[in-house]
Amino acid sequence: MSRTIIINLLRFIIVVFIQVFLLKNINLYNLSTPYFYILFILLLPFEVPNILLFVLAFLLGITIDAFYDTPGLHAAACVLLAFVRILFISITVQKEGFDNEPEPTLSIMGFRWFFTYTAILTVIHHFFLFNLEFFNLSAIEFTLSRVLLSSSFTVLLILISGLIFFKRKERK
Amino acid sequence: MRNLLIFITKYNAFFLFIIFEVSALIIYIKYNSFQKASFVNSSNAVTGGLYAKMSELNSYIRLSDVNDSLAKENMRLRNQLKSSFYADTVTKHQVSDTVYKRQYEYIVARVINNSTNRFNNYITINRGSMQGIAKGMGVICNLGVVGKVVFVSAHFSVIQSLLHKDSQFSAMLANNKEIGTIEWGDELNPHKGVLKNVSNNALPKIGEAVVTSGYSLFPEGIPIGKISNLHTKAGGYALNMEVTLAVDFTKLQYVDVVDNKFAKEQEGLEAQQKKDE
Repeated sequence: MSRTIIINLLRFIIVVFIQVFLLKNINLYNLSTPYFYILFILLLPFEVPNILLFVLAFLLGITIDAFYDTPGLHAAACVLLAFVRILFISITVQKEGFDNEPEPTLSIMGFRWFFTYTAILTVIHHFFLFNLEFFNLSAIEFTLSRVLLSSSFTVLLILISGLIFFKRKERK
Repeated sequence: MRNLLIFITKYNAFFLFIIFEVSALIIYIKYNSFQKASFVNSSNAVTGGLYAKMSELNSYIRLSDVNDSLAKENMRLRNQLKSSFYADTVTKHQVSDTVYKRQYEYIVARVINNSTNRFNNYITINRGSMQGIAKGMGVICNLGVVGKVVFVSAHFSVIQSLLHKDSQFSAMLANNKEIGTIEWGDELNPHKGVLKNVSNNALPKIGEAVVTSGYSLFPEGIPIGKISNLHTKAGGYALNMEVTLAVDFTKLQYVDVVDNKFAKEQEGLEAQQKKDE
């Protein structure tokens, strides 16, 4: 239990550092900006209580906001992400399986499930984030293209990180 | 009552979602007018300190670029030195100068946080009210106009860069002094701006320099960019043209904050005139 807490704490710090000091400077053709930090919320254990999940999502969002100078923007997107995560997991994973599958990582859940999970959650998060940031329907094609390109970039980064920390483990 | 509690616990995810989402949106909307957000932004002690550390590392990596531009500036300044001109008057006398009074003072600062890829871009610098910076001052660098100061803490300040939806500065064509307004272009390109509302008889040429007019926060004649395209969309009574910005915002390292000594007097006078109308 305490090991899970330490791992997640470290993960929190690492994703914030990567996002703020590395990915903040990356921007392909003014269209694609990765928001890799959502990995932290994606990888929280299945058993985490809903209230804790929302608090952590809010905290992560507000931390990112402090560095991006956009108070509340990322927090709102992260809270939505947490909600979608709860829905998605309750639909696709049986509750009894939690003992064997503590965390929704690539190595535990398999590529197909993890890819769907990441893709859907990332697209929803980015869609909400970019639209809230621009807050204007007049440039909707531009915003949508930003959403799609940024999402694919983020998903790619998350899959790569999943492969780097791939632990071969037999599913019971 | 019990049924209500059961209902709430059954769908707790949804109610928690509503609570957190609403509070996040309240923060977002309330502090969207950026100046009020004093507690979560990059001029507070923690994030400001971290950015300062990171920018030290960055500035080391970019030393060669900075050296280049400093060398160029040195050359330009040396060319203006008195010693590089031939003096044809021999007699000199000391006069107490009552004709020229110092109007602009410059405070140099290092950029510790910068963004160019969002709809509204801000720059954080490592000088604040302790060093004499106040809200509303203009900011330039050795290449041209950067933006204006919108938020000041004791040791840091936040600049609303030219790359911001709300940034507008008075500008003019260098050759024939036609006045216009410089804004950021629509495509989120950090190298392109738009010069708007230039009168129709201006006859601008591609490659002509655009400089500040002296009507706003900056001294007259600070470079902004060069005209790169005359046929921009949405023309009308006035000419609009695309401008390639002189400043490379992605590589900004050092900036100068312009302290206009007469700004208060001018503002006071203009406010009085508005009140009288």
